[in-house]
Amino acid sequence: MKLNELTAHELGALLRDKKVSAVEITKSVLDRIDSVENKIDSYLTVCGEQALKKAEGVQVRLDKGDVKSPLAGIPMAIKDNMCTEGIKTTCASKMLHNFIPPYNATAVSKLYDSDTILLGKLNMDEFAMGGSTENSHFKQTKNPWDIERVPGGSSGGSAASVASDETIFALGSDTGGSIRQPASFCGIVGMKPTYGTVSRFGLVAFASSLDQIGPLTKDVTDCALVLNAITGYDPMDTTSSNVDYPDYTKALVNDIKGMKIGIPSEYIGEGINPEVREIILKAVDTLKALGAQCEEFSLPVTEYAIPAYYLIACAEASSNLARYDGIKYGYRAEKYNDLLDLYRQTRSEGFGAEVKRRIMLGTYALSSGYYDAYYKKALQVRTLIKNGFDKAFEKYDLIVGPTAPTTAYRIGEKANNPLEMYLGDIYTVSVNIAGLPGLVIPCGFDSGNLPVGLQFIGKAFDESTLLRVGYTFEQNTEYHKKKPVI
Amino acid sequence: MKITQDIIEHIADLARLNLSEAEKEKLTIEMANIVAYVDKLNELDTTDVPPTSHVKPVHNIFREDIAGKSYDRDKILANAPSHEEGCFKVPKVVE
Repeated sequence: MKLNELTAHELGALLRDKKVSAVEITKSVLDRIDSVENKIDSYLTVCGEQALKKAEGVQVRLDKGDVKSPLAGIPMAIKDNMCTEGIKTTCASKMLHNFIPPYNATAVSKLYDSDTILLGKLNMDEFAMGGSTENSHFKQTKNPWDIERVPGGSSGGSAASVASDETIFALGSDTGGSIRQPASFCGIVGMKPTYGTVSRFGLVAFASSLDQIGPLTKDVTDCALVLNAITGYDPMDTTSSNVDYPDYTKALVNDIKGMKIGIPSEYIGEGINPEVREIILKAVDTLKALGAQCEEFSLPVTEYAIPAYYLIACAEASSNLARYDGIKYGYRAEKYNDLLDLYRQTRSEGFGAEVKRRIMLGTYALSSGYYDAYYKKALQVRTLIKNGFDKAFEKYDLIVGPTAPTTAYRIGEKANNPLEMYLGDIYTVSVNIAGLPGLVIPCGFDSGNLPVGLQFIGKAFDESTLLRVGYTFEQNTEYHKKKPVI
Repeated sequence: MKITQDIIEHIADLARLNLSEAEKEKLTIEMANIVAYVDKLNELDTTDVPPTSHVKPVHNIFREDIAGKSYDRDKILANAPSHEEGCFKVPKVVE
């Protein structure tokens, strides 16, 4: 097996045993980018020279025994909505096509502090709005399992780069499923941690009460290692949680005997593709065989999660994206009459269709006369959704179900129907609305050889239970070992 | 509430967007579909349900008033579409 195909923990062991160098690993991944990137298109920026130089430096320190992190010397890549000092951060938008941040996002700084090696920045739906990466201003990322299909989104570049071994791991962001759905579509592991566990400082804001950064990895062990590196209190993010963060690798225990797991009937009823449903139920049988107690239960108001989500997310987005005015950074229109027209022209030319649509919906929901009917109503429904989870967790240790109603669909298949695209988020948005952690792991393949992801939903700050169940499932199955042929 | 082209024009004005005629027409239809769908929320009785604007109810997070690290002005201005003498440059605002 080539170095770029290994996991971070496998490579870490090889580095510690002095069997390979960080430079060899980095070269192996850069070679892979050279050979398949023209088919996958997962990167917006590749920093090859900088990565090799960094790898040399880290290797010197590894040789001296001067390095602590288990991720030291491991190459990684970052979704292009996290600020990287001196490296372009575009959000896949014309609006930020030339933006070079003067600082690092906290999650990026933490990965640098762990001596990981940045390979580049990854494609996404513009401003993280979308579920297919079709909304990128720059390019269409393809699904490594079938390059005529979408990789999912919005962290489509992150998922595709991990699945195609063009990086060892990646960071993504998840506002309504943007880590978990592409992880499912690309057959890898993705986690959206509890709101407040990973600092949002330096993450370009979409919907601030829902956004959360998380890892996309090749297995659950790597997920725990990356979580250890990026979680923690940050005074630069006022919503960052000042709690004791556990060592997530302690949760990697191959045992779920007696664990109580609930399956929401609403997640496996109407609307789910029958083949996906069958694969999910088979995975539940595997959990049962491993000693877990699984039963169906009703998670009320599930069908209202999408309308509530789109109102809340768009309202927050319309406010957050007001900052793009063509004055301080980014794109500015060439022709305008006066200051107001400069704002209008810049925004009209700089934003793509989906971003404009969401700004319009959000502005409408917040505007005078409609605020109570839409925005406030959505916040009340948010309370009901949160209560539904609270009640479920009185009875269950965690919840299991599908990630998306289908496997990856064809590029262009849903591009002209925004509402249909939104409905694909049915099993993921509630987790953001309630601020809970969600873990997705590969659990099977459909008849077209497209991966299906199993989603675990946990109590707030209980990532460890999710990792434990995910790890146990993984140790007893082979799905995570299968690679796409590109 | 029916979404008309007048409403679309009003919202676009609030959002500081110039929409072409074609965009207006398309958005009127799309927004009407989306709004009809989100109207589904009215099926739920939310009388006496408090709104949750944030799952983590935090208010007024203060820090000590100590000067911290700032950023180099030239580095910040390097991202500006137009600047002059250390300032962002904008079209004339007052006559």
